[in-house]
Amino acid sequence: MVTTGVWRLGYASRFFVYLLVHSGTALGRFRLTMREIYFAGVLSLIIILVSGLFVGMVLALQGYDTLQRYGSSEALGVLVALSLVRELGPVVAGLLFASRAGSAITAEIGLMKATEQLSAMEMMAVDPIARVVAPRFWGGVLSMPLLAALFSAMGIFGGYLVGVVLIGVDEGAFWSQMQAAVDVRNDILNGVIKSVVFGVAVTLIAVFEGYDAVPTAEGVSGATTRTVVTSSLAILALDFVLTALMFTGGN
Amino acid sequence: MADPAIAQIEDLTFAYGREPVLHGIDLDIPRGKVVAVMGQSGCGKTTLLRIIAAALLPTRGRARVLGQVTGDLDRDALYALRRRMGMLYQFGALFTDMTVFDNVAFQMREHTDLPEEAIRDLVLLKLEAVGLRGAAPLMPGELSGGMARRVALARAIALDPELILYDEPFTGLDPIALGVIARLVRQLNDSLGATAVIVTHDVAETLPLVDYVYFMAQGRVVAQGTPAEVRRSGVPFVEQFVSGATDGPVPFHYPAAGYRADLGLAGGA
Repeated sequence: MVTTGVWRLGYASRFFVYLLVHSGTALGRFRLTMREIYFAGVLSLIIILVSGLFVGMVLALQGYDTLQRYGSSEALGVLVALSLVRELGPVVAGLLFASRAGSAITAEIGLMKATEQLSAMEMMAVDPIARVVAPRFWGGVLSMPLLAALFSAMGIFGGYLVGVVLIGVDEGAFWSQMQAAVDVRNDILNGVIKSVVFGVAVTLIAVFEGYDAVPTAEGVSGATTRTVVTSSLAILALDFVLTALMFTGGN
Repeated sequence: MADPAIAQIEDLTFAYGREPVLHGIDLDIPRGKVVAVMGQSGCGKTTLLRIIAAALLPTRGRARVLGQVTGDLDRDALYALRRRMGMLYQFGALFTDMTVFDNVAFQMREHTDLPEEAIRDLVLLKLEAVGLRGAAPLMPGELSGGMARRVALARAIALDPELILYDEPFTGLDPIALGVIARLVRQLNDSLGATAVIVTHDVAETLPLVDYVYFMAQGRVVAQGTPAEVRRSGVPFVEQFVSGATDGPVPFHYPAAGYRADLGLAGGA
């Protein structure tokens, strides 16, 4: 089983390099990629925005409960904003993206393989990796940072709704402390870098599992499951590595 | 002078894994004819078709298609070769996210620089040839099986290929659709001046249609000839296949222990 895993990892790496080399069609004929940005990004908006709102609201509730014990309830804005921008935005948006868009991409490519559409395209002298896989890859990579940013924004708004409107934390303190504490380079940029890395990881796993799926019903079902599980684990593992590199090295 | 055989298979052996699926096959596909490759499921005929299509490479031996040995080709040459061929898959394999029109236009848009007006005329021409010009705006999900296969046929001939490969084109169709596809195969071959290779096990529909037949069993060619010769061939497997007899060289019973012993009756071994 380990040998198969290592073999597959090698195959996936070669697949990734091939994909990058043959991305000319996806980036040159941008309409193909735009279609995939719509399917992966725009259609994920509802789940991202609603989840972001709820996560922000819960953060504010929990955060206030702890902060007010030490008389620091005015730091609620800082707590909500930093938690979201540094961690929860990229990670939770990544997990949601993996389960919604990642599984959809895997299922679509896997079903195209099972119904011989990829084979037919290959027979018509059109490279299916360039024409079908690469646009989906770049669509996911371009959508993910935007979705993570929207998640964080909605979360901060949710935190505002609960913290200021519902609980009654001082509005001025909420926003001004947040503005002072959140740094564009250290916090926001690092969050963006994380979301780009997660986007690459999730979308790569999604397109690879779809392309490598066994062309039967069970095969596609197994592939979509593996996409969600592997992407989620990858996000969490990469999050640890990136956080360790970004947020503790400065001291 | 054009080569009389559009495809030549020379002493071809092929294995997916360790067990060979094809053993030492020799066959020629004569130019301009409709040739059938027939046999039971699992005899290797679809594998042979894929080797002719250069989707698979021989393990041993050679496949020469349209003047080129498939094993010698690099990717660009392989793609250039494929543009001269068309393949019809068993269930059509239409692109489900595009309309019928876009499916047929696909190759024209990808491989030529024709303006959209010219492509539109060509697509309608191809759809008219298969009788589905009115279905152009439909999505593949809205088509019946027979219609999907006809659209796939229009797509396969979009760039006027020299060699058209059919993978089980008659399977699962009602008698009317069967007759339509059979008529189209012959008509398109004659009007395009192309060559057709049909992989099938439908004897009744195929023998009246084709010019030459190869019979395969367990990865070997067991009989060949024109349909009339094949009917008279006297090869027991061919006779059983053509007549549809339930017992003969291909036995009815899967190998098993004695029947009485299995039922637990006395007197069984």
